[in-house]
Amino acid sequence: MRTAFVHTVTDLASHDRRITLITGDLGFGVMEGFARAYPHQFLNIGVAEQNMTSVAAGMALAGRVVFTYSIGNFPTLRCLEQIRNDACYHMADVKVVSVGGGFAYGALGMSHHATEDLAIMRALPNMVVVAPADPLETAAAVRAVAARPGPCYLRLGRAGEHTVHGDGLRFELGKAITVRDGGDVTLISTGAMLERAIRVAERLDAEGVHARVLSMHTLKPLDTDAVVAAARHTGAIVTLEEHSAIGGLGSAVAEALLDGPVRRVRLRRVALASRFASTVGGPEYLRDTLGLSESAIAEAVRSLLAERAGEMSGWNGASGS
Amino acid sequence: MSARADPQAPGRDARALAELARTVRLRTLRMTHRAKSSHIGTCFSMADLLAVLYGHVLRVDPARPDWPGRDRFVLSKGHGCAALYAVLAERGFFPTEWLDRFYQDGSNLWGHATHHGVPGVEVSTGSLGHGLGLACGMALAAQRDGHSWRVFTVLSDGECDEGSTWEAALFAPHHRLDNLVAIIDYNKIQSFGTVTQVLDLEPLADKWRAFGWAVREIDGHAIEAIVDVCERLPLERGRPSCLIAHTVKGKGVSFMEGDLLWHYRSPDPDELRRALQELGAAP
Repeated sequence: MRTAFVHTVTDLASHDRRITLITGDLGFGVMEGFARAYPHQFLNIGVAEQNMTSVAAGMALAGRVVFTYSIGNFPTLRCLEQIRNDACYHMADVKVVSVGGGFAYGALGMSHHATEDLAIMRALPNMVVVAPADPLETAAAVRAVAARPGPCYLRLGRAGEHTVHGDGLRFELGKAITVRDGGDVTLISTGAMLERAIRVAERLDAEGVHARVLSMHTLKPLDTDAVVAAARHTGAIVTLEEHSAIGGLGSAVAEALLDGPVRRVRLRRVALASRFASTVGGPEYLRDTLGLSESAIAEAVRSLLAERAGEMSGWNGASGS
Repeated sequence: MSARADPQAPGRDARALAELARTVRLRTLRMTHRAKSSHIGTCFSMADLLAVLYGHVLRVDPARPDWPGRDRFVLSKGHGCAALYAVLAERGFFPTEWLDRFYQDGSNLWGHATHHGVPGVEVSTGSLGHGLGLACGMALAAQRDGHSWRVFTVLSDGECDEGSTWEAALFAPHHRLDNLVAIIDYNKIQSFGTVTQVLDLEPLADKWRAFGWAVREIDGHAIEAIVDVCERLPLERGRPSCLIAHTVKGKGVSFMEGDLLWHYRSPDPDELRRALQELGAAP
């Protein structure tokens, strides 16, 4: 995803002199091409994320379209108030980019686990929040957020994510992508969890459970129509995110369902408990041991469907008890 | 006092600028009294600086607040917004009647500097330590895009406690932003005591010099001296300018001067009467 981001932003910069990339002294080995080709559109601001964000807002107010770039929580939590006051309140064209969402920097430790960022960014007025699933979605998202006025948070994985989508991807901010259709349950995924969602759906097929899979790359504004349609057509939704259960995709979907017209729907969130990881591990290890494994997802679906079946028989049976 | 907005800048005439400063103080006094709001001391300490900036230095046009070629002014110490609103209204950016609604329900003049719906306010501030970084971004964009407009920002001494101020202080000289002018309203009193008691900034000029700024210490109430230094900007080619303005909190009203209380208190009717008298206005 990082490569897709840099390639796309470089291409945008070649056509539009307003496009500016500011890094907080990170991106060794990936930023040099941009820096050489477009020195007046590039800035390594040093290890100073608060200033990075204020400078980006100042440049945006002077007509630039500015991407701020760093990893993990550094471009978000470290300079949260600058994002809120300087970027969001001014509707400034500041596009905050974090590489290493979730556990992408797993073994580097707690400081590098970005597991509350979506909740915090989603809470900010005017903010658009995007977590693409693969390199193709990333490239499309970079173009889309550059073209849309105002602030944005773009949460990326790191490197090596597989391309999940095929050719002819239709990407629109705020519109979920239906990757796979099915009538029994809907898996709504954000970020790179999409790959797991698809594999789990294939596994469930063999059990006779047909899952719809949505890539919810935009958390804000949320595609509530897609959520409501999923509730109406499948009656059961499982959300998947590499993020705390507090405030992320699952919360956003739950809020949409609460506000929506469909009452008979069951929701299960596959997300991280609100606690710090306690054992060292790489990304896959942490995902698998902290509740995001494919079997955990499949189990969440099965138990949800079993619950619903029980409920249905309760509704149908006259006796109850 | 006339309610008519003056579309013409007073220019370098010290008497006219002093009169603008006096008017700003009078308006600020009435605004904070009516609103029962705080921060009159900080408005008074920078009133003379604002009068010189808006009366003579800044290339702005009240008839075209969004003119792309304007100088940018960033009030980093957003809590001093009453004085900014007053000087903008005096210069004709918006009707002075708006000032009567400062801090009132349903108004557009918030208690910290806000740009939404307020012509002439460049950016919104209120949390300390944001303004210098914003100003740096504007100055860098102007430098890189070949614009001749300049960026001025006024900081409080208290916000020199903020780490983000010093991130920006490192940044500006590194990028040779000589189109940037940072003015520190050094009134020596912050929220909970004197600067010396709370978190000493001295030697303040040496700190800015060490970071690479061209620094000048001035009397922030000496109109002619402020005019003089502002006509010689940048202080040095290739460096951002830092003006450390020695000021008195509450300057202009004897019983407010140098008193921490007036960071918070708004004048009651008797205090208003006495203050108006000292500023030479009819009650």
